[in-house]
Amino acid sequence: MTTAMPERVVSAEQRKRARSVGITYLVLAMVCFFVFTRRPGDAGFRITETSQFTLPAQGFGWALGIALVAVAAAQLLRGFGRLANVVLALATASFFMSFLAWAAAGDSFSFVGMLQDTVSRSVPITLGAIGGILSERSGVINISIEGMLLAAACTSAIGASLTNLWLGTLIGVLTGMALAAILAVMSIRYKVDQVIVGFAINFFALGITSFISFRVLVPNRDTMNSLLPVTPIRIPLLADIPFIGTIFFDQTIFVYFSFAAVALATWGLYRTKWGLRTRAIGEYPKAAGTLGVDVNKLRYRNLLLAGAVAGVGGAWWPIGIVGRFDQNITNGRGFIALAAVIFGRWHPVGALCGALVFALAEAVRLKIGNFDTGIPSEFLIMAPYVVTIIVVAGFIGASRAPKAAGQPYEDQ
Amino acid sequence: MKFELRGITKRFPGIVANDSVDLEVSTGEVLALIGENGAGKSTLMNVLYGIYRPDEGELRIDGAPQHFSSPADAIAAGIGMVHQHFMLVPVMTVAENVVLGVEPTGRFGSLDINEARRMVKEVSEKYNLDLDPDAIIEDLPVGVRQRVEIVKVLMRDAKIVVFDEPTAVLTPSEILEFFEIVRSLVAAGRGVIFITHKLKEALTIADRINVLRRGKVVGEAIPKKTTESEIAEMMVGRAVQLIVNKKQAVPGEAMLKVDNLSVVEPDGRTVVDGVSFEVRTGEIVGIAGVQGNGQTELVEALSGMRRAATGSISIADRDVSHDSPRERHAAGMAHIPEDRQRQGLVTEMSIMENLVLTRYHDAEFSSGIRMKWDVAKARSNELVAAYDIRTNDPSQPASTLSGGNQQKVIVARELSRDIRLAVAAQPTRGIDVGSIEYVHAQIVKERDAGVAVLVVSTELDEVMSLSDRVLVMYRGKIVADVDPKKVSHMDIGLYMAGSRPAGAAAS
Amino acid sequence: MNETLKSLRFTFLAVIAALFVSAFIIVITDIEALGDGNFGQAFNTLGTAYWGLFKGSFGSLRAISNTITGATPLLLAGLAVSSAFKAGLFNIGATGQMLAGAITGLWVGFAFQLPPIIHVPFALLAAAVGGALFGAIPGVLKARTGAHEVITTIMLNGIAGFTVLWLLKTELFKREGRDDAISKFVEDSARLPKLFWFMGKRIDLLAHTGFIVALLATFAFWWLLRKTTLGFEMQATGFNQEAARYAGMKTKSLMVVSMAIAGAFAGLAGGSEVLGLYGYASGTVAGDIGFDAIAVALLGRSTPIGTLVSALLFGALQAGGRQMQVDTDVPIDLIIVLRALIVMFIAAPLLVKAIFRVKGDAKAFGQTFRGWGG
Repeated sequence: MTTAMPERVVSAEQRKRARSVGITYLVLAMVCFFVFTRRPGDAGFRITETSQFTLPAQGFGWALGIALVAVAAAQLLRGFGRLANVVLALATASFFMSFLAWAAAGDSFSFVGMLQDTVSRSVPITLGAIGGILSERSGVINISIEGMLLAAACTSAIGASLTNLWLGTLIGVLTGMALAAILAVMSIRYKVDQVIVGFAINFFALGITSFISFRVLVPNRDTMNSLLPVTPIRIPLLADIPFIGTIFFDQTIFVYFSFAAVALATWGLYRTKWGLRTRAIGEYPKAAGTLGVDVNKLRYRNLLLAGAVAGVGGAWWPIGIVGRFDQNITNGRGFIALAAVIFGRWHPVGALCGALVFALAEAVRLKIGNFDTGIPSEFLIMAPYVVTIIVVAGFIGASRAPKAAGQPYEDQ
Repeated sequence: MKFELRGITKRFPGIVANDSVDLEVSTGEVLALIGENGAGKSTLMNVLYGIYRPDEGELRIDGAPQHFSSPADAIAAGIGMVHQHFMLVPVMTVAENVVLGVEPTGRFGSLDINEARRMVKEVSEKYNLDLDPDAIIEDLPVGVRQRVEIVKVLMRDAKIVVFDEPTAVLTPSEILEFFEIVRSLVAAGRGVIFITHKLKEALTIADRINVLRRGKVVGEAIPKKTTESEIAEMMVGRAVQLIVNKKQAVPGEAMLKVDNLSVVEPDGRTVVDGVSFEVRTGEIVGIAGVQGNGQTELVEALSGMRRAATGSISIADRDVSHDSPRERHAAGMAHIPEDRQRQGLVTEMSIMENLVLTRYHDAEFSSGIRMKWDVAKARSNELVAAYDIRTNDPSQPASTLSGGNQQKVIVARELSRDIRLAVAAQPTRGIDVGSIEYVHAQIVKERDAGVAVLVVSTELDEVMSLSDRVLVMYRGKIVADVDPKKVSHMDIGLYMAGSRPAGAAAS
Repeated sequence: MNETLKSLRFTFLAVIAALFVSAFIIVITDIEALGDGNFGQAFNTLGTAYWGLFKGSFGSLRAISNTITGATPLLLAGLAVSSAFKAGLFNIGATGQMLAGAITGLWVGFAFQLPPIIHVPFALLAAAVGGALFGAIPGVLKARTGAHEVITTIMLNGIAGFTVLWLLKTELFKREGRDDAISKFVEDSARLPKLFWFMGKRIDLLAHTGFIVALLATFAFWWLLRKTTLGFEMQATGFNQEAARYAGMKTKSLMVVSMAIAGAFAGLAGGSEVLGLYGYASGTVAGDIGFDAIAVALLGRSTPIGTLVSALLFGALQAGGRQMQVDTDVPIDLIIVLRALIVMFIAAPLLVKAIFRVKGDAKAFGQTFRGWGG
């Protein structure tokens, strides 16, 4: 456009969004008033082995409800400008605390244990999501994260049972790379629709691992599907920080690896030559191709890398926590990882946040499921699915997916 | 350095896109490669840039044969290309786009963005191309994006720079600036290949002109020793009429009335800004303007594809501002959309289905929810014959047709019924001269039958020769309303650039 | 050679290639035999397995009945995926839509006392409506917010699954004396009659008239595509949404309608399982059928006849797979692998061409995914 158009005004779109956020606050306030004030008693949040803090469930519910009404009014009348996201985060966190207080009213539970569990459970989702980001940022849709996680879980269990944990993990990594190579060859070389290949890989992984599980692992359980998973590594000094230390620094090597992967992927994508090229081929591959960048070669490499990262994620099940492989052990976590990619707007840190949210929902269900709150546990399991739909429906319009994702690149 | 193409032949299934083409250009000169759409210019360009490998023939640099297997080889050999559709990543900065592929790096492969900025500054200052290295591409106007492309090429130290239709998106004054840049490149000892279909520009800037027709070089000319019509004849293979044959218009009452119409983008930018005008029966009103000055959005508002923020649209004194596209269609409006393949046709569907695409719900073609395919088939056979659509079988997908014939499908569908108003956006973009003449003749025929016609085109020649009245759009406003017989191209060009010819009365 | 024949040949070659790869998998996982160096036995297993596959699918009336029983929900759910594909939508939500239809069909099946001639169609209608309403949700989400149906349908599958688990334990649905997620039986008047009723009381012939319903649905899909304005609009939107919009079609409503139609097909699949096969619903009533349906639609290239043929093929594989599992130690999961391979080879005609060195233009499956819409 050769013309500089008249200056920007606040668009209808933005106003509409601000209004729906305001209404959301009101809805949350209503939940506080009509649900969270219904169960009497104090809730104990254990934050170390010996200490805990207590929240009066009803009092907190009332106070938060009133505060949320005020926040909603402020949001609807004038908005929070630059602080909008901070307010949203604070409100969500407080709402969550109120929910926990309501659920645990008259009882106590290990808050720190729940968060520690959250971090641990986020590992496969985070690593799967990093795999998804690496491929989608290079312009290849990756629906097959689930298959990569599942297949890697299976082979790493066998590998680790037969040899050792390190080799087992390595075999998982190679398995992830092998499936990624299929995705790459099919979508790049043969230009097959990427979603279809992704699905075929998922079917294939599910079928072959179940097949192997019954035909090979069940008859040879002791030799081929039995191992001692890794133990947590306490990081000196850091692990001694109360509360935080237990959550983040008394974890298995998988957790540290996943944080490192997020940091490395962020640095790589935004601060290196490789990242510049990767982002370019995911947005507008011709721009890179006409400058002599070999688009398809880079796509191959990035997909293999994605498969490797997802492979570590798959190895988490047998080697990081369970100690064996079961049929369909991933149970849809790969699809959750895909949702985390979108949730995090194709940014590694965003995807980590998404993964933590999903993992938190799981951890909450395990802890809160024991309290008789009157809510069927099915609804708690469902919560992340609903949240994903809300996030995708509410945010994807504003997010920027890599433009070229899903399109084969014709270099000739 | 001397760059030669010798006997280049490139075939695609069904066609020979380049047929033993010979071409040469040396540093220090400008070669214009001219030909109409489909003459094989872009194929040739892809060959010399290493994107396609020729089936026969070879490329030589200073006599030495070259084998380009990718653009990287062409770049290394000193060939640079500025593409018509800019090869820029919209969400990245100028510096990131420029260094892509030749990134300065620090430790562990980290990107040295400061060095990148410095490199951009250095090159852009040397050639007087003002650029902010940190600007995001999608925020930049087209003229500036072209400068980014040029800096990209210069950064890679190209000896021969190929420009593909570089002026298509520029205003007349930007075109003059662009010519200055080309001259400075030549002065700095580089060679330029200038690919265009615009005769005047080729005559202005080139040292030599090569004419391409149906994949072959059919002639060479020196600008000083030739005329526009001679080259035009070489391009088309016969004498061409650059004017549209039409009688004096006999306008009747106003058919389309647009009053204070504004269109606002979701992000708040006003792209059509309080536009008012009328189109009367029996006249063709043309809207001229550089691409991106609100014409697209104006047509979208007229056809009902987009809601207007303010103002009203009426057809024959009936307010249609809140009507759906289909209701406007029923009110007698025909619409030839800007992008034939994305908006006008479902290319995967058959020619027959495309001929009823906007009319399948009429009682003629369906009753209730049942399609009357036998009627549609009979009707489409009639239309194929009546509108000279070159096909053996209307049940073939529309994608099998050439661009000109695809456009005729749309024209046949839209103009064959009883209409009162026709809105045609870029009706001849990218089609061959024969089809252009045909489409123009059909539009004039509708006018003579008493239809009100609005033509929107970024081709100034088309607007000037086809219209009975010309409106010029600039930054979303109509800045001129002139009689094309009474003003010069240059004056309209000034309006298009937002200024006013000397002596023109304020409108 | 005409188009249909050509595409049939590629389908055939893809199936052959998939059988070959599966054979390889069977042999290399026969660890004991290979460990003893007994290759003969490994190949023997392979022969028995593939013979079982054939015998169990077409070898007897009972086998054919099993094939039809398996094909019935696959065909209906396959139509749910195919019809959405035709409108340019990727419906991964057949599982959820099946569950919705199963629940509404189930409820009408036990909550009313009606003569069979009314009760059966009424219950099927309820299943279709239930599926359609649930199927419309991702359509509405996409039309209103642009949320991609690939994500929303995956999530809605989860939501439907857990909702059904909960519903089946409520007083309304739960079976007397059971605490797990299993429903009461529908009235006999709502049961779909057996397909082979004329064979007398052979309880081993499970095939039911849900197959007739599925065939009628296939015909309805063909009629919709070929003969109606709605079908024309759906296909135009599927190929080129922008051109459809320019042609005055209400593409957003079409999205919702297309997803509702898809949901109705899947709802019928759920309904026919409940009313025809089981007579009750459990948490696993939809199983993996919704996912398998994607493979069915891909293999059938989303055409009515293609979907029918590939559903029959998959039904046969499933019936044969059970026989194979009985006859050998090769688990039925091999069938999932086989399906994945067939889809892969079908989707990559270039690869099949390269393997078999055949000439000719192989038409790839059209693109299903056009970006995240961000």
